[in-house]
Amino acid sequence: MKKSSLTCLMAMAAIAPLALTACGGGGSQAAASEKVDSLTVLDYYNNEPDKTHIQGALDKCAAQLGVTLKRETVPGKDLIQKVLQRSSSRTLPDVLMLDNPDVQEIAATGGLAPLDDFGVDTSGFAQGMLDAATYEGKVYGLAPTANTLGLFYNKEMLAAAGIQPPKTWDELKAAASKLTTGDRYGLAFSAIATYEGSWQFLPFMWTNGGEETDLKSPKVAEALGFVDGLVASGSASKSVVNWSQADVRDQFAAGKAAMMINGPWQIPSLAKTPNVKWEAVQVPVNAQGQTPVAPLGGEVWTVPQTGNKAKQAKSAELVACISSDENQLALAKERFTVPTKTALAGEYVKAVPEMAAFTEQVANAQSRTGKLGKEWPKTATVMYTAIQLALTDQASPQEAFTKAEAK
Amino acid sequence: MPTLTTSPAPGDLSPAATAGTAERDGRRRGFRRERLVQALFLAPAALFLLLFFGYPVVKNVVMSLQEYTTRTFFTGEAPWVGMANYATAAGSSLFAPAMLNTAMFTLGSIAGQFVIGLALASFFKRRFPLSGFLRSMLLLPWLLPLIVSSATWRSILDQDSGILNAFLRNLGLIQEPVPWLTSPSVALLAVVLVNIWVGIPFNVTLLYGGLQEIPEELYEAGAVDGATGWKAFWHITWPNLRPVVSVVLVLGVVYTLKVLDIILGLTNGGPANATQTLAVRSYQESFVNFQFGVGAAFSNILILISLVFAVVYLRMNRRAVDE
Repeated sequence: MKKSSLTCLMAMAAIAPLALTACGGGGSQAAASEKVDSLTVLDYYNNEPDKTHIQGALDKCAAQLGVTLKRETVPGKDLIQKVLQRSSSRTLPDVLMLDNPDVQEIAATGGLAPLDDFGVDTSGFAQGMLDAATYEGKVYGLAPTANTLGLFYNKEMLAAAGIQPPKTWDELKAAASKLTTGDRYGLAFSAIATYEGSWQFLPFMWTNGGEETDLKSPKVAEALGFVDGLVASGSASKSVVNWSQADVRDQFAAGKAAMMINGPWQIPSLAKTPNVKWEAVQVPVNAQGQTPVAPLGGEVWTVPQTGNKAKQAKSAELVACISSDENQLALAKERFTVPTKTALAGEYVKAVPEMAAFTEQVANAQSRTGKLGKEWPKTATVMYTAIQLALTDQASPQEAFTKAEAK
Repeated sequence: MPTLTTSPAPGDLSPAATAGTAERDGRRRGFRRERLVQALFLAPAALFLLLFFGYPVVKNVVMSLQEYTTRTFFTGEAPWVGMANYATAAGSSLFAPAMLNTAMFTLGSIAGQFVIGLALASFFKRRFPLSGFLRSMLLLPWLLPLIVSSATWRSILDQDSGILNAFLRNLGLIQEPVPWLTSPSVALLAVVLVNIWVGIPFNVTLLYGGLQEIPEELYEAGAVDGATGWKAFWHITWPNLRPVVSVVLVLGVVYTLKVLDIILGLTNGGPANATQTLAVRSYQESFVNFQFGVGAAFSNILILISLVFAVVYLRMNRRAVDE
């Protein structure tokens, strides 16, 4: 390149950001008394069909409240970065959706407003979901619907092998072993080195009485030993350490796994392979009489501290509206999620029978951040590291958590 | 950086030096104007550097000395903690493995990229039908978004249904499927292999350019003296290519040290932390554990290592200019 053109290019590059910042900025704060006619919304439902379903619920509420909405959707893994950027530039949206384990982390920054400031009624919601959205005794958000994990099984494969859906670990182990043939595994699950891996281990750990606050207990080791045994015996692929939950679904949909641990949000994708006939049951328990306890998933709608009280009050109304009985049922039916108001369970299962197992599972489900709050990310990291250490034979299930915690 | 040489030739000055004061003043004014023009020309580049290199580097250093968490973004409060973040980073049991992995990843990638890149560049030096087309096809890995290529490689390397294992098995090279991304002892190798694939175009392009610069007469003269094939390579190509080689290697090291997306896409640092590098540690501390201070400390250590290589590069460049 010639010198002069290079200099010219650099001059242009140097000036560009100045021009951009000049265009940004500004935006005056509306006075508290001003009538609110528009709200901004930020969420991570950027893919169809969820994007449209959520838009439907938002539109219904916006019409009811007499406001127009400006909605922005970002990919799931970019949401937290976006929220942090926006909070440092004081441009948080009026209504913010957060994944439930992130609510306490963000509430702790002081960026969210507690819902009782606006007199929002939070009674009747599943305790697990309220736990996730509660920070220092105050509820910061509401979730219209929740999801969790269950055991999907391929009906034809189980029928061909003459196996009933497993209810206990022993039955699961026997079934997985019997269903493993050729290039098909009995069971698929995710043990990847992300929070997904920790989340998928929780049903085994919690059902067995293990606790995230005491990872070195024998109950946790026993649960890890069981999962490790499935891989060691070849009933589950060694690749589980690199499978996300979407990969697990692909294996199941391709007929390469007879059973899988996964959540109801996979149901729309499973509908694309109608030749795979499936049903779902609760995650098996170690000993008969135990209650299956699975982690609670789902997104919570919150009201950030934007400094505009009138808009915040309106936003709180919107948050309450999205979680109204009517909207809960509508969203639950469309998105294969479970209403968070426990009283709606009966009506919902009647309408969507294939969600029966998940609905029951949600009733007993726990939130990941209920006990740990902001400490969850650290513990989740220890958990997936320990799982990976055990499954790759770097450590025994008994010593895996100690080794992972040494980090 | 382009150095701007706008001072007039010395020959112009000598007769004017004896002229009257008025003229001298005019000259001085002219000189000052010239200075101003120089400064104006430099300003955009200086501003650019300050905004896009200076600010992030300074911010990163400051951040590494603070307790910088999610809370900081909202409140703006970041308590000063001195070197505590560096102590946390260096004291973590993953620090030594991450250093070792970074070194092995960089060395392995560079060695593979360079050898294959040089071989391909020498091959394409001869003209043959479709050589131009094939050479441009080689750029493909460079053009693909890394997240796309890593997703593709993940399915290629899958232990059970990946095409690579099926291929190797059909050739009879392996009996058992290789656990490319699922065994802690193989995963780093697999990640290096993919990174070699990504880096070949860069090496081929620069080395091919270097090869074009070597005058054809040298080979003709060498051929008269009996230097052909390997001999020609060792005695003509290699010595003449040396300056380009050093540039390729040093830049390669700097680019490879900071590779993040390929590893995140392939293994996310797993299995069992087998592919943790300094760049992955920095990312995970910042954006997974929300410990931005510790993440900044990791990335500063990485920058420091890169800086050593950058200085080596600059010195080599200067020597080349001096010669």
